[in-house]
Amino acid sequence: MSLHTFPLNVNGDKRMVTARFADTLLFVLRGRLGLTGAKPGCLNGDCGACSVNVDGWPMKSCLMLAVEAIGKEVTTIEGLKDTPIQKAFVENFAFQCGYCTPGFIMNCHALIKQHPDAGDDTIKEWLESNICRCTGYAEIEKAVKSVLEKK
Amino acid sequence: MLPFDFDYYRPQSLSEAVELYQYVAQQGKKPMFFSGGTELITLGRIDLAHADAVIDIKGIAEGRVMEMDGEYLVLGSTLSLTNIEEANPFPLLTKTSSEIADHTARGKITVGGNICGQIFYREAVLPFLLSDSQVVLVGPKGVKTAFIHDVFNQELQLEKGEFLVQLATERRFVEAPSISIKRRQQWDTGYPLITIAALKIDREIRVAISGLCPFPFRSREVEEVLNRQGVTGEARVERALTVLPRPILNDIEGSTEYRLFVLKNLFIDVLRSLDGMTV
Ligand SMILES: Cc1cc2nc3c(=O)[nH]c(=O)nc-3n(C[C@H](O)[C@H](O)[C@H](O)COP(=O)(O)OP(=O)(O)OC[C@H]3O[C@@H](n4cnc5c(N)ncnc54)[C@H](O)[C@@H]3O)c2cc1C
Ligand code: FES
Ligand code: FES
Repeated sequence: MSLHTFPLNVNGDKRMVTARFADTLLFVLRGRLGLTGAKPGCLNGDCGACSVNVDGWPMKSCLMLAVEAIGKEVTTIEGLKDTPIQKAFVENFAFQCGYCTPGFIMNCHALIKQHPDAGDDTIKEWLESNICRCTGYAEIEKAVKSVLEKK
Repeated sequence: MLPFDFDYYRPQSLSEAVELYQYVAQQGKKPMFFSGGTELITLGRIDLAHADAVIDIKGIAEGRVMEMDGEYLVLGSTLSLTNIEEANPFPLLTKTSSEIADHTARGKITVGGNICGQIFYREAVLPFLLSDSQVVLVGPKGVKTAFIHDVFNQELQLEKGEFLVQLATERRFVEAPSISIKRRQQWDTGYPLITIAALKIDREIRVAISGLCPFPFRSREVEEVLNRQGVTGEARVERALTVLPRPILNDIEGSTEYRLFVLKNLFIDVLRSLDGMTV
């Protein structure tokens, strides 16, 4: 097993990580940096539980090698502090077991930043990337719309 | 996480990428060009893909181009599908590619990776087949430009160590009336049962299809029949179904019969939209 040490910008901090080139960003965030907010689900790009933001866009961290993130700004759920979308999830009961929640919030957070005027079609297009096993979709939709409408 | 190790290179120029590929191959190791990288990451995990050295081509400037150069729209192969959709320089490409995977995954999947992928749908190639685009390749023999029809036959025919850098499409095709329809077995995301893209130019309709056969294609025979004068739309559609390439897929997504039934209706939708056919 060959390990390499390289820097990653995560949640505004420069962190040195020691990992394999073959390690995904998800694995390194959780296993090397202790940031367990991004969740492993399908590990195949289908479920969205592992979503983080990379340079302000949503990214499935199971579909990215950690080494590809060098020089990019990675934001995980641990990097969000009292954002409107987090409050909206609480106020709208937008989670049940909570497993999908960090991924959904990171996707919603990027959507609100990239498309503050998003309409129904854009919201649907973006949020189709995440699956909620507890089927809390109606509440999740309410939460994201409550933030977009305030804008 | 992948169950095997590899070296990782991120060349900054075309020549550096080509040389790295040869250098790795000369050592008896298996190099792989890596664009969005989602195939190696997802298929490698289940032992369906392997590489000893990954050559990540996303750092090369030529691959990130998105511009009008005279009458040609030039698109770099490492642009993500989301990059292209957000800028929307080619509406038919936006429409076709916005049905691939899901929005977040499309931020990672690249247009070149989709066209060169092992996963055979390769839906992003359809608009380029319809618009007689040119492709720019680079390899050990240098840079070469070719008509897509000369180098894409079921898949892009690349020589060892060669990779796709850009695609160039004439403006008149970019602006032509077009339609793209994806039918899935169920739900709104996922692989196609059948995807059809069509474009009308010089009063002729062109069609390209993914998901019907184990490769995407554009068929002159099908187009010739669909454009036949003095024949009803229904008759043209029925006839077109008899000149399709083979084999027609028969898998868990849908049987051959069901696919042909869906295709028949897709042909009707295309003729209605681009040829004013009434049924
Ligand atoms: C969640 C998910 C859903 C998907 N859904 C769909 C779908 O609905 N429709 C569909 O068509 N596909 C779908 N795919 C498949 C995906 O589009 C292809 O696997 C595509 O190859 C991925 O693009 P990439 O940029 O990640 O390619 P990579 O993984 O980088 O490359 C794929 C292959 O092409 C080669 N390659 C890459 N770039 C070049 C180049 N410029 N020149 C030469 N060779 C190159 C690589 O060496 C590799 O063999 C899906 C994939 C995922 C992960
Ligand atoms: S774990 Fe990454 S998409 Fe499912
Ligand atoms: S709240 Fe349980 S998976 Fe979404």
